[in-house]
Amino acid sequence: MKYAYYPGCSGHGSSVEYEVSTRAVCNALGMDIVEIEDWNCCGSTPAHSVSHELSGALAARNLMQAAKTGADCVISPCPSCSSNLKMALWRMQKPAFKADVDALLDAPTPANEQGGADLLETYSVLQAIVENVGIDQVASRVAYPLEGIKVVTYYGCLLSRPAHVAKFDDPNNPVSLDNILKALGAEVLPFALKTECCGAAMGIPDVNIPGTLSGRILETAKAVGAEAVVTACPLCHMNLDLRQRQAARITKNRPFELPVFYYTQLLALAFGLPENTMRFDKLAVNPKPLLDKIAERRDARVMAAYNEARKAAGV
Amino acid sequence: MNITRLDKARDLTFKRQVEEESGQNLSACYQCGKCTAGCPSAQVYDRQVSQIMRAVQMGLKEEALKNRSLWLCLSCSTCSSRCPNNIDVAAVMETLRNMARREGWVQDRPIETFWKSFLDTVKYTGRSYELGVMAGFMARTLRGWGNVEIAPTALMKNKMPFIPSVIHGREEVARIFQRYADKEDRS
Repeated sequence: MKYAYYPGCSGHGSSVEYEVSTRAVCNALGMDIVEIEDWNCCGSTPAHSVSHELSGALAARNLMQAAKTGADCVISPCPSCSSNLKMALWRMQKPAFKADVDALLDAPTPANEQGGADLLETYSVLQAIVENVGIDQVASRVAYPLEGIKVVTYYGCLLSRPAHVAKFDDPNNPVSLDNILKALGAEVLPFALKTECCGAAMGIPDVNIPGTLSGRILETAKAVGAEAVVTACPLCHMNLDLRQRQAARITKNRPFELPVFYYTQLLALAFGLPENTMRFDKLAVNPKPLLDKIAERRDARVMAAYNEARKAAGV
Repeated sequence: MNITRLDKARDLTFKRQVEEESGQNLSACYQCGKCTAGCPSAQVYDRQVSQIMRAVQMGLKEEALKNRSLWLCLSCSTCSSRCPNNIDVAAVMETLRNMARREGWVQDRPIETFWKSFLDTVKYTGRSYELGVMAGFMARTLRGWGNVEIAPTALMKNKMPFIPSVIHGREEVARIFQRYADKEDRS
């Protein structure tokens, strides 16, 4: 399986750590990825909120660029990008919509027998890891387990919704990240707000919207005893990590001091990949105390096993 | 209390138009209110999503299109995933938002301006550019000061590059926007 890789704009800015760790993890899992040449922004929420045709055309240019790589499908770490690319192809199965999009492009998209657009399917990197690589494969690669740290997984809105287009996991109670984190040796706590919206990009016009919504997510994560939040979305991450102090203030809480990781950073950590593939230095909430705790528990566990072995050998 | 005379206000072509554009059967809605119950923005809406669905069913065009809720919708699709009749409610909200724009009935200028600032960076460089979006939005609206609070961390962590990423095909992308604008002008 060859993947055409679509990094998304935030990979060059606010989510460098996600971009770097995603590539490293894909390589470690033997996924054959090639970046789409000269890709453009998918238009994100602003484009589809203004016009479906405009959003479709921005996505279609990317899917046409992707076809040039000779890959089997497109993958993107960003849920918003992968959702937009999926949605565009889904809508363009209607010949009338395809024609509207084609009218905005330099050259029309290729057609299939039913008159819909004949372009590559898109998946989130998470979906490709879970469905194509498999959890067993992920588990077999773990060199440094996460020593039972307590985490909640936070999926956000778009990984599995809308269900008829996303066609991945459960729209209300997804479990793919839970399964990955369990395979890495973390304890995944039950969490009711897995798919509650964080406030998305509304922070630009009004900080109170993500402040209130993300504040509630962090407050609940803390209340169930989480030591960290694990996410797969750059925008969710920005609201939960970079805006964490703001969220605490707006919801009248004390600072949460709750580290928020991209799941790929923890995969890289558990796989024992080089430190520069995790970029923990990019996180706003300092993850060092928790990372130290993992290292301490590991040392204690290894030491205990060593002593046990010595005792068994009668030394 | 508002009293609406349905024999005067009703516009059933509007209902049909929404059904066609969104691809949803609005008659299936029996007003259970699950969409509203799960909506994360319900607290800031001036019309709840189930009320908007009812307005569309009744063909009350202004009621359905002239509200801030359409702009405050986060497109999270929680409503769609919970609808017992499988209506993609978020798709209906988005259709209404697109229609309200075409009618010139935008009820929340700042959010509309944020989207425009975002799309402008895409139009000029081919990609979105976070600092450019912020600058464009603040210059146009003199709002967004709440974000200044996160700027020091974002800049210190180098999470908001000063230099935009410009693609070779930016003119190709600009032509997409141009054709879209021309089409909007014609209609």
